Amino acid sequence: MSDQTAAPRASLLSRFLRLRRGPWENLATILIGLGVVMLMQPFSATAYAYSFITILAGTAMFAIVSHFPE
Amino acid sequence: MTETTTSSALPEKLAGATPEVIARPIRGLSDKAIAWFFIGPTILLLLAINIFPLIWTIWLSFTNYRANRPNAEVKMVGLDWYHRILGDGDVWLAMQTTAHFVVWTIIIETVLGFGLAWLIDKKFRGHGLWTTVILIPMMLSPAVVGNFWTFLYQPQSGLFNYVVGFLTGIDPSSFQMLGSVRLSPWAIVIVDAWMWTPYVMLICLAGLRSIPDYIYEAAEVDRASPWRQFWSITLPMALPFIMLAVLFRGIENFKMFDMVNLLTGGGPGSTTEVVSITLKRQAFESWRTGYSSALAIILFVTVFGLANIYVKALNRVKQR
Repeated sequence: MSDQTAAPRASLLSRFLRLRRGPWENLATILIGLGVVMLMQPFSATAYAYSFITILAGTAMFAIVSHFPE
Repeated sequence: MTETTTSSALPEKLAGATPEVIARPIRGLSDKAIAWFFIGPTILLLLAINIFPLIWTIWLSFTNYRANRPNAEVKMVGLDWYHRILGDGDVWLAMQTTAHFVVWTIIIETVLGFGLAWLIDKKFRGHGLWTTVILIPMMLSPAVVGNFWTFLYQPQSGLFNYVVGFLTGIDPSSFQMLGSVRLSPWAIVIVDAWMWTPYVMLICLAGLRSIPDYIYEAAEVDRASPWRQFWSITLPMALPFIMLAVLFRGIENFKMFDMVNLLTGGGPGSTTEVVSITLKRQAFESWRTGYSSALAIILFVTVFGLANIYVKALNRVKQR
């Protein structure tokens, strides 16, 4: 049972470690989307304060990982 | 045969007609050098009108420069403006106003645009004429749209108030779309939805027409109901196109300025002050050039990030 649960985790980690474009681009997209939500939400001033750095990190990551192989 | 000889001789004739002063320096160039010769002016123009202002704005965002005091000493303030903007309640409020505008226009435009595309795709009699009629608002300039909707929203003489009054029984002069704190955010949403729903419809129509007929034929053989066909075939297959329209309208409305400026100018008070209006007020009314440059860079990075997602979505649609 424990082997079955451990297998997908290892595969997700290995997908990131192989430095392929797909998973890294998805991560960058999530960061950008999260940053935009943080920028425009009306609930938390702290989230608003950290929104720009989140978007910047996502955008920079996107620019870098788009040069990774498919 | 004669035509081939004539056509092959034409470039040689033209080459011979080139003045020697121009021909001599070009003749010895490689293909790569000629390519650079042609694209060089475009690259220079791009650097001058796009890249240089961007780099200059980034530099200004780290200084206390004010455009109305060009001779004053310019000091570096580091990340001070960024810290202030990201802790400024007024800018945060402008971001929330922008969010209200972006979210509601996207919802309305997507639902109406997809619905219209679905109807137009049925190819009823006169569907070509109706497609053209529906597309007219999209062809107008935002300045024109802003002006004539200002007239339509007039409480005394405007057609909008009259129609609402006729349909609901409310006195047309009892409410002001542009002057009311409660209604003005919706007034700009209505105008944007009126103008840009046809655009979303066009993209959705492209998506619907890309679905092959044999899929529906197979579904009918399996006795799938029209409702089931819609949820299992139409919507999933048109979804990448809908996402494309949502992203494009999201980016465009995030930086919306002209129409809102003409309709309300950000008022009454600051109820319709979207972030691009805040930027204009800081830059050209308060003359805080450094501050407004930092705000412009924040907006630029946000739009650039969203544009990356847009290009990614576009590539996915292309792969289909």
